[in-house]
Order: sequence, then C-alpha cells, then structure tokens
Amino acid sequence: MKTNRQAPGPLDYGRRLWLRLTLWLSFVFLYAPIAVLVIYSFNDSRRNIVWRGFTLKYYERAWNNESLIQAFANSITIAFFSTVLSVLLGMMTAVLLWRFRFPAKAPFEGTVSLPIIIPEICMGVAMMAFFSRIGWPADLPWPLNLGAITIAHISFSFPFVAMVVRARLARFNRELEEAARDLGAGEWEAFRDVLLPYMKPGLVAGALLAFTLSLDDFVITFFTAGPDTVTFPVKVYSMVRFSVTPEVNAASTVLLVITLMLTTIAVLIQTRGREE
Amino acid sequence: MNGDSPIISINGVSKQFPGGVQALEGVDLEINEGEFFALLGPSGCGKTTLLRILAGFEIPTTGDVFIDGANMAAVVPNRRPVNMVFQSYAVFPHMTVAENVAYGLKVSGTERRTIPDRVQRALDLVQLGDYGRRKPGQLSGGQAQRVALARALVKEPRVLLLDEPLSALDAKLRETMQMELVRLQDTVGITFVIVTHDQNEALSMADRVAVMDEGRVLQVADPGELYEFPRDRFVAEFIGKMNLFEGTNVGWADGTLALLVNGLGRIELPCAEPTTHDVGIAVRPEKMLLFEQRPDAAYLAFEAEVEKVAYYGSESRVFLATDRGLALEVSIRNHSRATAGEEIAGRRWVSWLPEDTLILPD
Repeated sequence: MKTNRQAPGPLDYGRRLWLRLTLWLSFVFLYAPIAVLVIYSFNDSRRNIVWRGFTLKYYERAWNNESLIQAFANSITIAFFSTVLSVLLGMMTAVLLWRFRFPAKAPFEGTVSLPIIIPEICMGVAMMAFFSRIGWPADLPWPLNLGAITIAHISFSFPFVAMVVRARLARFNRELEEAARDLGAGEWEAFRDVLLPYMKPGLVAGALLAFTLSLDDFVITFFTAGPDTVTFPVKVYSMVRFSVTPEVNAASTVLLVITLMLTTIAVLIQTRGREE
Repeated sequence: MNGDSPIISINGVSKQFPGGVQALEGVDLEINEGEFFALLGPSGCGKTTLLRILAGFEIPTTGDVFIDGANMAAVVPNRRPVNMVFQSYAVFPHMTVAENVAYGLKVSGTERRTIPDRVQRALDLVQLGDYGRRKPGQLSGGQAQRVALARALVKEPRVLLLDEPLSALDAKLRETMQMELVRLQDTVGITFVIVTHDQNEALSMADRVAVMDEGRVLQVADPGELYEFPRDRFVAEFIGKMNLFEGTNVGWADGTLALLVNGLGRIELPCAEPTTHDVGIAVRPEKMLLFEQRPDAAYLAFEAEVEKVAYYGSESRVFLATDRGLALEVSIRNHSRATAGEEIAGRRWVSWLPEDTLILPD
C-alpha cells in the first residue's frame, strides 16, 4: 500500500488537527486569564463579571489613587537601585568566576546561583528574620526606608546577571585583552576598552532582567516590606483583598506592559549580541 | 641590513607551568637588530611560550630576558618596546579598522592630533588605506591580519612579534603574505620574531631560524646552513625530506670514515674529525640521482628497485628499496618536457656524491 503521509516537518504543525488543537489549547491555557485581565480593565462596571462597554476611567482612577502611585514610585525606585547594584555585583561575580581559579570555586559557583533555586517563600522568611535579627531600622526617611527590600531584591537578581554575563564571557577571546595590553593599555584600560564593551550586551540584558524581577517580585517583598514601604505588587494584592475592581486590572495591565516591554528589549539585545 | 648588536638576549630561560609542564628548558638565544628571526618547531615545543615571554604575558621561571639592553623581568606587557600580532589577529570587534590601529597610540598618550596621520600611514603600509571606516566583521582573514599588523607597527616597536601569523590563511594567500611580510620588514627595518611550525615559512622568510623541540633550542642558523648542515637528527628530519640511515663505525683513517650501513653495505665518507662511535648518515632526496648503469667512482651508488613514483608536477618522488630491504626516497626535478614522460621503473642505481652525505653524531 502506498502512503503519502509523511512525518510532519518542523513547520508542519498546522497540518494536523491534533497538533493544531494542542497548540491552541496551550495558548488559551497560558494567555486567556491575562487576556481577560486586560480586557476587563476597560470594562465600564464595578464588577468583573459582565461586559458593560469600554472605558478608560479605571486607568484614570488608578492614576489618581495616591497610595497606588506611591507604591508604584517605591517599586520603580527599588527596581532602579536593585538593578544598578545587581549589575555591578553580577558583573564582578561573572568576571571572577571566568578569570580566576581558586579553592572551592565549584561550590562557590553553585552558591551564587542558589538564590535562583531556593523557594521564594524561604528567601522571604529568611530575609524577614535576618533584617529583624540585625535590627534594621524601620523608620528611615524615604527612600532610605526601601533599603531592606532593595538588598533582598539584589540578592536574588544579581545571580541572573552573573549567569548571563558569564555565558557571554565563555566565548571571549583572551587574545583580545592581551592585544590591548600589548598595545599599551594597563589592566584597567584593557578592562574598560575591551572586556567591558564585549560584556555590554550581557550587562544590558542582565539589567533588564534584574529590573523586571525586582518590579514583579511579590513574595520576598511582602516579607520585607513595612507599612510605609508598600510596593506595587503588594499594593495590588491588598486592593484585591477588599474587592476586585477594574482599577486593579488597570494597574496590573500597566505593570504587564512594562514587564513585557523590558523583557522583549532584553531578548532583542541578547540575540543581537550573539549574532556579532 | 643586519646590525650585529643583539636587540634581544635570552639567557638561560626556563618556564615551568603550574601543574608541572616544562615548557622551556635553559634557552639561550640572541636576536640581532633588524633581523627577521623565526622560532620553528612542532606544536608543543615551547616556541609560543618563548614569544609570550618576550611580550611579557608569561614570566620565566628562571633566566633573564633583555630587550634593547634592558632587563625585562619587572616590565609589564604594556611597557615593553615590543608589539605582537596574535594568532587569532585579536582585532577589536567593536572598533572600526582605524580605531583599532589608533588604539595603541591613544592608550599610550600620543599627541592626539598626530594620531590620524600615523594611522593612515600604517594602513597605507599594509595596503588597507581605504578600509579605515570598516568594521572588523566586514574583513576577510587576510585583511584582518593586515589590520593586526598595522595596529602593531603603528606603535613603532623595537621588535615585532608574530605568533603563527599565517596559519589561518589558505595556501595561496599564505605565500603572498610571506613575501609581503618580508617586504614589510625591509621597509620598516624593525626586528621581526616570528613563531611558526611551517618549515617552508621559516626557511623562505627568515634571516635566521631557531629550531626548537621539547623546550630546547636545538640549532640556530641561517636557512641555508640549517638545511644543508642540520646538527642533529631532529633538525635533519624536521626540515625538509631526508634519507636517514644508521651506520656502524668500522674505522677512521686519514680523513675517511668507513661505515657499515644496514641494507647498503660498506661505504666510505670524507670526515675530518677522528670518529670512533657509530653515527647516523643522511642524504637529501634531491641530492640523489638515478642511473640505469652504474655511474663512475665519484658517486656512491647502490642498486635498488623502484617501488612507487609520486608525481608532484615540479618534481617526482621515487620510492625505492635495495635488495636488502632499505627504503630510499629520491626526488627528481621535472626540468624538461623531453624527459617528463619517461617511465621510472625497474632497477636503478641510486647515487650521490660523498660530500653530500651528512654525518650525524648520536
């Protein structure tokens, strides 16, 4: 018997009904809740149940909600400082791991990536216990009162930066650095003029990653936040506890868009760095 | 062209890497001002380590290096009067060609307004005058190599170090670049030290060659001497083709050494020094001739059977075996069409002049 049914090629997913179904089901499964969230942020109703027409008034209301905006400002501030310090620390860790051999390097390398693996809830509890044990002052003026959260965010963000940068460094040609030295550059100049430009795509990608991680984080922040240091995700959570209004949807949609944008930029930069 | 004052003196340099690898063992070497000097050897012989010691990227375990009269022991790479062309060229990918060439000048504090001129002159020198604004990604291997050369030469070093500079190029381009490097060295008059594993490269370009093996310098000589009078078996076999036999000493008298060679029988060779031990004897394939009849007594001649002929165009390599099983290789130049078509087969007399025989003490 002659069969003309060949095994599907990589781009043939649309040809088979069951493949198409799986594809659509997984899309629905992943994105339907988010789509609903975004759509109902424009819903002209107090409740998130029935569609009653398009409005932007909940975006306006969210904008006028002072404590929500304060939480947003807190989040951005924390994300900014956490990102800057994570990039510095992550870059130094990556260079250290790439360049040097030292005793117990393998365990050290493992420990650095531990914060990525540890359940967030454990990190959160640990951070809370740590800051209360060392008596971290709670009543500092803004923005110093965000210090504890910022430190907590750095501790789980910088390993991501380190991993991204380390992966890039693995392909670095050591002769480039030697060439710079040979041409008269001191160690610092060779680092600045050759290694740093080479790491740049990794640093930018790592920075955006760190920024979104910090902006998004709820669990660890929840444990380290005080009454005056509410971040955007924590604020949204407390709003939901009273009632799920489209205002929450609107705020979440804004956060979603910011996160999405930054992640896309990170991916783009990383791909471009790889193509070079 | 060559001054006789050494610009580089290497005195008793040894290098042991952590982990116990002995890369260099008691290397003594003097390289003269204006010389084109080659470090030649198989991979792992320590030639690159020696070059990196000159550049300052490795520190000798023992011994001293003097460049231009100054001890380099405490001098960091960026303060040495040498520049290097790296094997991978190491052209900075994020800078344009001109920025690459200018980098060394900028970072060492050259007066800013003189830089563009000097960069342009360096690029002209390597025939890349119009390529200043290109990015390294747009260059071919040969062009990247020229950028690396210009970038090193623009700093006007006392010595230019080249680490296997031609190994990544294809055969044709490699030959062109060989000649171009020689021309370039003539023009700029800087001492060139080149590391290579390619004997043709070393012989055709260098004024003098140091042959290295297992961390030692075996012989330093000009190409002609190296080829005609290799001092030991390694050099003899590493450079060019060689027929090498073991000879049992059966007596020396009045400048003649009598030997018994397995597969050839008794031969007598001129040898000025009284010799009592067994020696190796070596003859280059192109020094040997093939006769159909036994030649006159001026030649050493041995009858052998042609086993195989390898045709190379400009020459043919004839592989023969004597009746007692000794393998010989003879190279015959294709000097005329009249003889090119002649078949080489059957029994021939492999002959050479006694003075073309090399005696290699063990």
